[in-house]
Amino acid sequence: MNKAMGETILESQPDLLIDIDRREQGDLDTEEMLVNMGPQHPSTHGVLRIVLRTDGEMIQEAIPHIGYLHRCAEKIGENLQPYQFIPYTDRMDYLAGMNNNQAYAVAVEKLAGMEVPPRGQAIRVIMAELNRIASHLVSLGCYGMDMGAFTPFLYCFREREMILDLFEAACGARLTYSYLTIGGVFQDLPEGWVEQCREFLDYFEPKIDDYNNLLSFNHIFIKRTGRIGTISPEDVVRWGLTGPLIRASGIRWDLRKVTPYDGYEQYDFEIPIGEPAGSDGFPAAGIEVGDSWNRYFVRVLEMEQSVRIIRQALDRLPEGDFRAKKVTNVKLPDDEVYVEIENPRGQLGFYVRGDGSAIPYRVKSRGPSFCNLSITTHVCRNCLLADIPAIIGSIDVVMGEVDR
Amino acid sequence: MVPEEICLILEKQFGDAVQSTKVEGGHPHAVVAADRWPEVALFLRDDPRLRFNLLNCISSLDLLADNKLACVYDLSSLPLDRGTALIIETHLFAVRVVTDRDEPTIPSVARVWPTAEWHEREAYDLMGIRFENHPDLRRILCPDDWVGHPLRKDYEFPLEYHGIPATTEYELTNPRH
Repeated sequence: MNKAMGETILESQPDLLIDIDRREQGDLDTEEMLVNMGPQHPSTHGVLRIVLRTDGEMIQEAIPHIGYLHRCAEKIGENLQPYQFIPYTDRMDYLAGMNNNQAYAVAVEKLAGMEVPPRGQAIRVIMAELNRIASHLVSLGCYGMDMGAFTPFLYCFREREMILDLFEAACGARLTYSYLTIGGVFQDLPEGWVEQCREFLDYFEPKIDDYNNLLSFNHIFIKRTGRIGTISPEDVVRWGLTGPLIRASGIRWDLRKVTPYDGYEQYDFEIPIGEPAGSDGFPAAGIEVGDSWNRYFVRVLEMEQSVRIIRQALDRLPEGDFRAKKVTNVKLPDDEVYVEIENPRGQLGFYVRGDGSAIPYRVKSRGPSFCNLSITTHVCRNCLLADIPAIIGSIDVVMGEVDR
Repeated sequence: MVPEEICLILEKQFGDAVQSTKVEGGHPHAVVAADRWPEVALFLRDDPRLRFNLLNCISSLDLLADNKLACVYDLSSLPLDRGTALIIETHLFAVRVVTDRDEPTIPSVARVWPTAEWHEREAYDLMGIRFENHPDLRRILCPDDWVGHPLRKDYEFPLEYHGIPATTEYELTNPRH
């Protein structure tokens, strides 16, 4: 590589030695302190440990340490048939089990050339979007609690409980569903489920205004999260951040629109993005594109769109088979696929390679939380210690998926 | 842009560095020589026709039969000049870099795509591939004193770790690696 080329690479990099340079120039700092945040800290949302190098209240460097939940799920996937590995996928991102099942199922179906019947696809879309709402509700509630607002947490969990009841009616489980499986869904919807789901949507839609009144447009909340941890669109792409993070930074990008799967192209819905202060439906001041508040608010707007999608899917739920005929002992060809779907947290990808037998040769999962968390060091530089929960909470990581 | 065109552009630009291409099947990709990989990566990112600015994933791969290790880099292009308009078109491509199994080294691309930093640490941790010029190459998921690289096909499962016994069902489950 020639020298000029090497220089261009270095220029686009954050300056990792900036603190050391300051010190050599004789800058008077107060004494540095290492603070160990986590692994058992309420606002790290799981077992995430962040080592903070602080100068007074300012963060010089935040280094995340992960791996406390590592189970080497990929190795397990290389020893099991795809339908047997499905239950392991919802232990990765345990707040969005349906979406994780869907990602692996879509990847294996593409590899094996399997067709999912229309009814199976429609049920998958309904479940995936319900799970998106449930996951975002946990995110909103916990984020409010991190910021000192306890009440919205209870409201969010009240509504989430109803979604879990719907899931329980459909598949018997409340958290780790294994319901969306290879070739479709595991069993058909029970009688009366569609009506129950419609009732829930009618009840839930006005509640979104409640969350906005309680939390989103609360002056203290905006003060606490607005213009904190701002990530530019260029940084978002360079660090591979996806999902609500990329949209909060003003890029209208969603895999459900870009590379539709499971029939998402049939549905009519919008992709909300982060907006500057003063836009229609946004606070008049105190926020900017790509800050923690916008990352929070994109999730609220996404819940409205999910309700729209579920309504359309319920209206045109086709009759017929809900699962392909042969889903066990399917020979995987000697080929490979890489498939990504839109998880509540971002793009969840599965790389699956077959070798002619029914057990995949290699399974690799790309967790959105893993990539989203990798920007921590970059975005937490020179911010206040008290802003760390605001930033980490708005990234919304699930450690089960970071560590896999 | 279809994979055939991308392969043609790469072959025209780099000649022998592109060892082979595969455009049919579920995963179109080009195989790139390890020593030229950072150069190719920079071209993939910055060429106005390609603009692969998003590195989705690095999947490490153990090709035990050929005595090789490999990394698969999945890329997508995300146009940033559209303002707030909805982006519906993209092009996807993948690059595979193969390295020797006994001395596995691949040049790091963490300076081209910063997201590669953690992906490469993961590939180092679980597959044992060393990335040259990586800013901070240490284990990420396993503990620092872990022995071996679990995703290798000839990995020996440890029977204990710091006095903690491993699964007693080891003999029964008999992982086939």
